[in-house]
Amino acid sequence: MGMTIIEKILASRSGQAKVSPGDVVVVDVDCQVLEDMSFFHFGRTGPRDILKVWDPSKVVVIYDHDVPAPSARTAAIQDAGREFIKEFAITRFHDIGRHGICHAVVADHAYALPGTVLVCGDSHTCSAGAFNCAARGVSGPDTLYAITTGKTWFRVGETIRYDLDGRLPAGVSMKDVFLHIAGTYGDHATQNVEFGGSGLPWLGMNARRTLTTMGAELSAEFATFEADDVLLDYIKERNPEPFEAQDPDPDATYRARRTIQLADIEPLVALPDAVIDNSVPVGQVAGVPIQQAYIGSCANGTLDDLKVAAEVVSGRQVAPGVRLIVTPATQLIYRQAIKAGYVEKLVDAGAVVTNATCGACYGGHMGVLGPGETCITASTRNFKGRMGDPTAQIYMASPATVAASALAGVIAHPGEFFRGDV
Amino acid sequence: MITGRVWKFGDNINTDLMIPNHVLHAPEEEQLKAVFSANRPGWVDEVQKGDILIAGHNFGMGSARAGARSLRNVGLACMVAESLNGLHLRNSVNYGFVALECEGVSTAFSEGDIAEISLEDFTIRNKTTGVTLKASPVPERLLTLMQNGGTFPLLEAEGYVSPVRPPKIGGGHK
Repeated sequence: MGMTIIEKILASRSGQAKVSPGDVVVVDVDCQVLEDMSFFHFGRTGPRDILKVWDPSKVVVIYDHDVPAPSARTAAIQDAGREFIKEFAITRFHDIGRHGICHAVVADHAYALPGTVLVCGDSHTCSAGAFNCAARGVSGPDTLYAITTGKTWFRVGETIRYDLDGRLPAGVSMKDVFLHIAGTYGDHATQNVEFGGSGLPWLGMNARRTLTTMGAELSAEFATFEADDVLLDYIKERNPEPFEAQDPDPDATYRARRTIQLADIEPLVALPDAVIDNSVPVGQVAGVPIQQAYIGSCANGTLDDLKVAAEVVSGRQVAPGVRLIVTPATQLIYRQAIKAGYVEKLVDAGAVVTNATCGACYGGHMGVLGPGETCITASTRNFKGRMGDPTAQIYMASPATVAASALAGVIAHPGEFFRGDV
Repeated sequence: MITGRVWKFGDNINTDLMIPNHVLHAPEEEQLKAVFSANRPGWVDEVQKGDILIAGHNFGMGSARAGARSLRNVGLACMVAESLNGLHLRNSVNYGFVALECEGVSTAFSEGDIAEISLEDFTIRNKTTGVTLKASPVPERLLTLMQNGGTFPLLEAEGYVSPVRPPKIGGGHK
């Protein structure tokens, strides 16, 4: 029998003809991404030093979680990181000013290449699966192992194949597709998800990354897209390195094959505390008062997300008593959003547009929730306490639904406000 | 053989419940005091060294936060879940915490039962009720790391990383 995309990449990078579910494989790591939190684990401010780096040209360092530093401690940790970068002559370094959420910076520069292996000590690393890349969030010591030895291990899981067919209706986004999958099929722990289908030509890289990034929230091991012209053209403009994309074999073995008719997807909301088995149509919670609306993160801080938010709020005002906080995922996206006029429309409507950072998504800074507050968020996670106080209620939705809710002051259907095409 | 008193947890227990935001940047000793403070306040004061955690599906969903390290640090001898989130499995391997997957385990145990676990043949026995289950075998390499302090001793032995030293905060430019 043939192999799925992820099985083919893991076979190729572990030097084997075939891998199967249940195998544990040791693979060569092609790209090792470190973010600022990594320097809690090693370096001058950490508990130990890295003494050797396997290949500095494979390492990318990107500051994102605590930027600019909100405390003296994080400032010291970032300074230690700069020392490490100098010591090992790492050239791909995105310091403050050229920074962004690491997964989005990886996309900006196409550091993730088809058929390769990429690891990072942040769970949303699966984002780069949109690049036909075996990208996975690993734990802190795994990043040290990969940087020092050039290798890591993976447990090969079974794969669920999703065929995305047709086109999304206006005002409906891949976040809604994610909420549909999480609400209908639940978690995918120990399994991979693979995406293809006839709808791919209409899904840009930003839309695909929203879905693969949320693969972490499905608890999937890997989330990978087929390599098509949309992907190959995107890479051609950004990264000249050679690569070999991996297509699924026609006789690949899947645990299940599921078809998603994109035209049938409607705006959904995940209720507080979980996204698994927790999605409802917006109408069921319409009218719930909110104090904060957030659009950002590695899943929803793309230029497309900012465009949708700007179109929804354009010429209107955020409701009194509501904070609309918008965080572009990278400094590059921020600049593009300024040039396109999105930032002006958002700020004119009363939104705060912050610097690029993981920020409020993980309850770090720039939009932390207080006790008893209610937030609707287009970000990655709505766990209890995720964005601040554990008594805060976090609803999860698409950028269009979040922007519409910010205008209404209560959870609202984006159709009431939406005027443009996604 | 590992024998210990059982604590029961449900499905989809996430990393932010093990390491809440307010201790995200705190030292390990501080982090362990906050384990499950949002979903089960006071549990860290009740759990005893050598106890065993038994849970439902997808244990450890969420981020890369080292929840397994905190579970080890509160004194748990090991854990068994219906299924483990892949990142939690990695943290368990890396920080030297024995974590197993066993279908049916969450219904086979009640809180306070005594569990007896063999890492030789992966049997999970409820000494209180007599029920015996079989866990999924853990690949030998990973089990060795879980039982021997995780990844750091390996990296230290190879000269890739230095041994632990007390953290030096600050220091400024040299």
